[in-house]
Amino acid sequence: MDNDEESKAFELSLARQLVEHLEAGHGDQAAEVVRQLRIPYERELFEELGKLTRDLHEALNSFRGDSRLVELTRDEIPDAKERLNYVVTMTEQATHRTLNALDEGMPIAESLHARSLELTDTWNRFRQRELSVDEFREFARALDVFFAASGEETERLRSLMSEVMMAQDFQDLTGQIIRRVIRLVHEVEENLVGLIRLSSARMEPGKAAKQAASAKDAEPAGPQSHGPIVPNTRDTASNVVSGQDDVDDLLSSLGF
Amino acid sequence: MKILIVDDFSTMRRIIKNLLRELGFNNTMEADDGSTALPMLKNGGFDFLVTDWNMPNMEGIDLLRAVRADPALKTLPVLMVTAEAKRDQIVEAAQAGVNGYIVKPFTAETLKEKIDKIFERLEA
Repeated sequence: MDNDEESKAFELSLARQLVEHLEAGHGDQAAEVVRQLRIPYERELFEELGKLTRDLHEALNSFRGDSRLVELTRDEIPDAKERLNYVVTMTEQATHRTLNALDEGMPIAESLHARSLELTDTWNRFRQRELSVDEFREFARALDVFFAASGEETERLRSLMSEVMMAQDFQDLTGQIIRRVIRLVHEVEENLVGLIRLSSARMEPGKAAKQAASAKDAEPAGPQSHGPIVPNTRDTASNVVSGQDDVDDLLSSLGF
Repeated sequence: MKILIVDDFSTMRRIIKNLLRELGFNNTMEADDGSTALPMLKNGGFDFLVTDWNMPNMEGIDLLRAVRADPALKTLPVLMVTAEAKRDQIVEAAQAGVNGYIVKPFTAETLKEKIDKIFERLEA
């Protein structure tokens, strides 16, 4: 209170001096009084500026400290593109594998169908006693050929269907890869939201940094599993097996 | 022979179920991750477990450990069918007591071979 009144009295006396100097035409002395009047306001301004500078410094530091975004941009995004390309390749291969089996199987099924229709026709004529002896001999030979071929052909159809079934394993493998990319997109999103909070007009560096940290905590607690190995990504940098033979060798080295 | 197939992808469960049927195993049941599989196993009656590794909630490796830790289940034969291909992981599964490890993508022949091998060992 006392301080306030004192400074008010001091400002008033300065103001009176200013008027006196101006009336007397003492420009230099008037300027000196104006400078003195400004001092307390300048101090406040500098303090505010200092606080802003500190906030900005802290914000930048906490952003720089969060190297996850750097890692995401440098390593994981290019890898994610590779992963999605690999998904395209795998689905393409699976589709060709399926269509190839169909291309081979369809004519077999059609031919089986046509030949059985033909034989049924002749059979009906035989039942109605319309077949000559020669025609019957011919029919018996045709049946022999058909029985032998149909066994082989239906077995081939069975194996083609099995091929179609195995080709569908792409859905599991690509699904795991896509889920991994979805997790990455989610993480990038969280980090960008943190970045936007950081740079918005109301700077709350502590809160933004905390937000980014909690986004990291929210990730499923670092699964031990990884999903399929994708070529041309950092997956291949770790020590991985190249197929079932590799697995068998490794397990037999462990006494399996 | 009653077999439990555990995989979070229903497409893969169907493929394994079909392959097992071709091999003559008609009595199969399915679960979509470790946490649904474990109560089914504890209810009893299963002779064989085929499980994936990478699954939500409870992963295959944790299911394997839980099975080995359960006095009633610890001798249950477990075959892992998974895309996990790191050497460390295969060693980890072996140490946790897996009976066989198949890496995806796999063939019908591989599945037959590994199942035969597991039963040969059990009978020996």
